Amino acid sequence: MLARFEIAGRSHTQQMLPMVHGLMAEASLSFAQLDGFVCGIGPGSFAGVRIGVGFVKGLALSLDRPVVGISSLTMLAQAALDEGALRVIASIDARMNEIYVGAFEADASGLCRSMGPLRVMPPDQFREDAAGPWHAVGTGWGTYETTMRQGVTGDVLHVDGAALPRAQAALKLALPEFAAGRTLAADDLAPLYLRDKVALTLEEQVQLRASRN
Amino acid sequence: MPFRKPPLESAARRPETVRMPVLGIETSCDETACAVYDATRGLLAHRLHSQVDLHARYGGVVPELASRDHVARIAPLVRETLAASGIGFGDLDGIAYTAGPGLIGALMVGAAVAAGIASAHGLPLIPVHHMEGHLLAPMLETPAPQFPFTALLVSGGHTMLIAVEGLGRYELLGESLDDAVGEAFDKTAKLLGLPYPGGPHLARLAERGQPDVFRFPRPMTDRPGLDFSFSGLKTAVLVALPRAEGEQARADLARGFEEAVTDTLVIKCGRALVQTGHRTLIVAGGVGANLRLRAKLRALAADKGFTAFFPRAEFCTDNAAMIACAGSARLIEGRKPDGPLFTTPRWPLADLRAPGVAA
Repeated sequence: MLARFEIAGRSHTQQMLPMVHGLMAEASLSFAQLDGFVCGIGPGSFAGVRIGVGFVKGLALSLDRPVVGISSLTMLAQAALDEGALRVIASIDARMNEIYVGAFEADASGLCRSMGPLRVMPPDQFREDAAGPWHAVGTGWGTYETTMRQGVTGDVLHVDGAALPRAQAALKLALPEFAAGRTLAADDLAPLYLRDKVALTLEEQVQLRASRN
Repeated sequence: MPFRKPPLESAARRPETVRMPVLGIETSCDETACAVYDATRGLLAHRLHSQVDLHARYGGVVPELASRDHVARIAPLVRETLAASGIGFGDLDGIAYTAGPGLIGALMVGAAVAAGIASAHGLPLIPVHHMEGHLLAPMLETPAPQFPFTALLVSGGHTMLIAVEGLGRYELLGESLDDAVGEAFDKTAKLLGLPYPGGPHLARLAERGQPDVFRFPRPMTDRPGLDFSFSGLKTAVLVALPRAEGEQARADLARGFEEAVTDTLVIKCGRALVQTGHRTLIVAGGVGANLRLRAKLRALAADKGFTAFFPRAEFCTDNAAMIACAGSARLIEGRKPDGPLFTTPRWPLADLRAPGVAA
């Protein structure tokens, strides 16, 4: 497996193309030789996620290949499982005093399986009531470890608050999906935003103004 | 020697078999659009999805929602456009996309998809300036206007007069110092309680109004220069609003506003043509669909002996046909595009270069 990783900040648009083309050159492959595409779908930076999703849509659409979308929280959890964790609470700082969060465990083959829905919430509302040991990964923990620990009934054994999602983990998770035929067409690949309320309707703007007076 | 009809003329020098179809993608604001333009055969197909209903509930374009809708709609739209054009991805010779100016998050969607398609097939990726697209949109018509011409570019985001000597040879003659003219239409419509987007609603209301009941200033026409200012006009409407009681009075006010705006644009267009010495005026951008503006410019053209050229309404507003057309011209020009995948939101037209001119 060949992989590249770079913390791009706001420069995904400048770094993504040279990185992907460089990787393909290193692998001596053309895009048309690929059987499918795996894409991170978030949650995370809305614009950043859309750059990846848009690029993969363009590739898969024009080459007529299947796609598998993998959430960033699942990627984080898989990397922790690969390092020996049994159960993982993965969390990403969602800004605006909220976190993206999900709890995961390993299935029989060591692949990450979600224990419940992925959510966005204020860190002080986070609760995980399952007893036993946990590994904690992601920037949500990096920013809100003290608050989030209070929401966990079991024991948080290890915290990696700097962990970031990696493409290798997505590939590992996606291969069985391709084998089982659980794939999407380019049209159906969609970002997982979790935060869906991004603007107030005219009605809501009026109500907000009224409530302030 | 100025260029004449760059895509078509350049293509004529190529062997007949070289068609160079270009896929164009436009996602700079609230329209998702896709088109295929071929230098030999012209526009092969174009499709557009308008988000106007999506944003109406919010009273204006919400950038994040625009980006979300672009990413949800673009793949089927590209597929549909190509199917309608009768060619496959493998037949394309380039992928053009609007690189700016516009809503940055919305631009990124079109650019990312364009980059994916271009990467997959090893095709050149052609960043297109949105305004150059508008300037070259008249080239989609038959007969197309010939260079040089003076262009009035009027939309919700821009009010510009531009001297167009040829492909990539643009000189900004004047622009709005504050509100764009389309913005002034929309804001005035909002004051009158008309639904979003207000410009076309206001124009319809004005049709029933008398022109001289409300008399508004013609901003900046009392001094030399080709710049515009429309924010004061909006204030004048606000002051007059209490006098506009009843349906007829509201229509009269809308008419008075429309007369002031269109008179101002027409006066400046006349001056611009004197300054450039051009014999052709082209009008582009969404406000270019306004019927009062078209009628007045036609009258001025007849009076002064120049040609007023209006692309059909669907090529006045944002569309991908103009992006594919401009992309085709840039592809034929043959210079490798440079720079990052996107521009900053500000990208002066004058920074574009003419063919064959070194950076």
